[in-house]
Amino acid sequence: MKRVATALAIASLAIASRAIASRALASALALTLAFGMQAATAQTLKAVKDRGQLICGANGTLAGFGLPDPQGNWTGFDVDFCRAIAAAIFNDPTKVKFVPLTAADRFTALQSGEIDVLSRNTTWTMSRDTSLGIDFAAVNFYDGQGFMVRKSLKVNSALELNDAAVCVQQGTTTELNLADYFRANTMSLKTVTFATADEAVKAYDTSRCDAYTTDSSALYGERLRLSDSSAHVVLPEIISKEPLSPAVRQGDDNWEDIVRWTHHAMINAEELGINQKNVDAMLKSSAPDIRRLLGVEGQFGDALGLTNDWAYRIIKAVGNYGESFERNVGQGSPLKIARGLNALWTKGGLQYGLPVR
Amino acid sequence: MAETVNNGSRPTSSRPTSSRRARRSRDIALQLALLAVVGGVAYAAIVNAAQNLAHAHIASGFGFWNNTAGFDISQTLIDYSASASTFGRAFWVGLLNTLLIASLGIVLATVLGFVVGLARLSRNWLVAKVACAYVEAIRNVPLLLQLLFWYNAVLKSLPELRASVTLPGGGFLNNRGLFLPRPEFGPGFGYVSIALAIGIAASISLRVWSRRRQERTGAPVRVAWLALGLIAGPPLVVFALAGAPLSFSLPQLGRFNVLGGVEILPEFAALLVALSVYTAAFIAEVVRAGVLAVPHGQTEAAQALGLRPRATLRLVVVPQAMRVIVPPLTSQYLNLIKNSSLAVAIGYPDLFQVFAGSVLNITGQAVEVIAITMAVYLAISLVASLLMNIYGQTVAVVER
Repeated sequence: MKRVATALAIASLAIASRAIASRALASALALTLAFGMQAATAQTLKAVKDRGQLICGANGTLAGFGLPDPQGNWTGFDVDFCRAIAAAIFNDPTKVKFVPLTAADRFTALQSGEIDVLSRNTTWTMSRDTSLGIDFAAVNFYDGQGFMVRKSLKVNSALELNDAAVCVQQGTTTELNLADYFRANTMSLKTVTFATADEAVKAYDTSRCDAYTTDSSALYGERLRLSDSSAHVVLPEIISKEPLSPAVRQGDDNWEDIVRWTHHAMINAEELGINQKNVDAMLKSSAPDIRRLLGVEGQFGDALGLTNDWAYRIIKAVGNYGESFERNVGQGSPLKIARGLNALWTKGGLQYGLPVR
Repeated sequence: MAETVNNGSRPTSSRPTSSRRARRSRDIALQLALLAVVGGVAYAAIVNAAQNLAHAHIASGFGFWNNTAGFDISQTLIDYSASASTFGRAFWVGLLNTLLIASLGIVLATVLGFVVGLARLSRNWLVAKVACAYVEAIRNVPLLLQLLFWYNAVLKSLPELRASVTLPGGGFLNNRGLFLPRPEFGPGFGYVSIALAIGIAASISLRVWSRRRQERTGAPVRVAWLALGLIAGPPLVVFALAGAPLSFSLPQLGRFNVLGGVEILPEFAALLVALSVYTAAFIAEVVRAGVLAVPHGQTEAAQALGLRPRATLRLVVVPQAMRVIVPPLTSQYLNLIKNSSLAVAIGYPDLFQVFAGSVLNITGQAVEVIAITMAVYLAISLVASLLMNIYGQTVAVVER
């Protein structure tokens, strides 16, 4: 019991220091912008190659998307995406350094050049795209905001949450959608805002709030971390559109292309039936789409500043989109999230690989 | 040697005025040069920041101030709504929350600190050791850890909503906070306030009169009870005459939350307790140092004059101790004000959490938001420091 309490104290201290670190990052950015020289924004690929390592901003606390295990091995859907980029560049998916970021400090980390790519369940919105000096590469997960409540409250719909206290994480679209939703349905609420998802979830777990709200994909992951996950239920309402996308700094078109086409290589591989197991056999395929994707024909990788077998390396290292999805958040994971909107367009979803030609 | 003295700060003989004038103009020139350098660096920093922001395609300027905020805040001392209020309004909400926690924290920490500091000097062995243990335990544990202790260990162990503790008089205590009846002032309540103001004014004049009389005749006048009567009596009489124009709206247990009443958030309570308890440990040491700085001869002299121990403390020791206490006490107040930004660790919506948190992240304008936040903390600290300096002058020893 004492050990648990100590661990808890250490964990909460770590969380709190992260919350404070995020402000420190913001002030550091302010300082850099005020006194620093202009960063060379158009050289990301060269910088990554020179460094011998990709630096990837990831979640760090979200099961299924970005979470290090006790040995420090990162796993998750967003983590796989960074490994795919590293595979395309270095032919080695382990040449990635993951930087755990809170929602509040992720954009600052990208703006200040601390990370090369932000792959951290981040919603693509107009204001972020136009005013933060960042660009979104491709929607790799179509999500929406949901609510989780205790089963004992006997709430069946988010519309019954009038006067409820809701825990939410700061610096997210969630924080804004929540206020919008309650206003649109003329309900009142008590928002309790925390700097990190950890704090918000922990507060919800100790029943500081009636409901916890975030992207529905994350709700399933967070539910697993509660003291008694079977006592909680995710409500059916999806109250927002959350197209999650990796992001890069604005002004480096080549780097943005690499990130975008990494995603489309994985989608195209799934469309073409290429997976981690059969990718070597597929090199001998006579289908022109497959030959172009795997670099047997054409100079597509060369045009990206990579080698022509860039997509082969990605598929060999992390598999196609569907494999990564199922392994991290789908049927092969504890989350069991259905493909839904993230199924291929040929199967009623929205994932559509742009043509490699 | 003599010549260097003459050229230095004490020109005694030949051409004193001209050398002093030359030195003075050189000083002014140096000051101006320094000012120009500082101004130049500041200007260069601003221009450089603007260029860098434009180069990185990051929005800049203060136009966001009047945009709709769109997010909710859990504790607002002024009207605020996510849909209608601006980022500027959110700034004021956060600032007021910071000022609230800082001012209450300063009051509590001062009271607790003086009690503990004097207790540590007590001749009662147990009292002195308890005070000593308090100081050593509290000031040697990081404040952040203490804050998390109060928030997670103490407040989270309060009962859930449905098992709320019902307080006598119609309040509730649970892990959502403390809910107290909200006073509703009736139409005649203004007269009660006027009566109270008159009572306070009368008791102050009574005190002034009694002090003058004592200085003139030497005979002490006991006015404490009379003053208390003057403060409490007239408002009570008027209150009764006006037909008790005060009612309380009681908080009600709703389906999810306690509705109505005055709400004290657990985040607020945890932060207030942590800041007060922590700072009080330092203030206790400041007070102890101040009291010990008064030479023992002063106490002995007072006793020789026939003053009782309490009067010795009140009239001889404390006034002389205050001039030692006030400067380091000011530093402790400034520490408390700045430490209140640890609110971010537990989700209390202070200036730092609301403005440098939500507003910064939604607008993405780190440079402007951080600059404003720093300027505001600087301003609060300077004002607090100024007030304490003024107070320090009033308690300074007057040389006769």
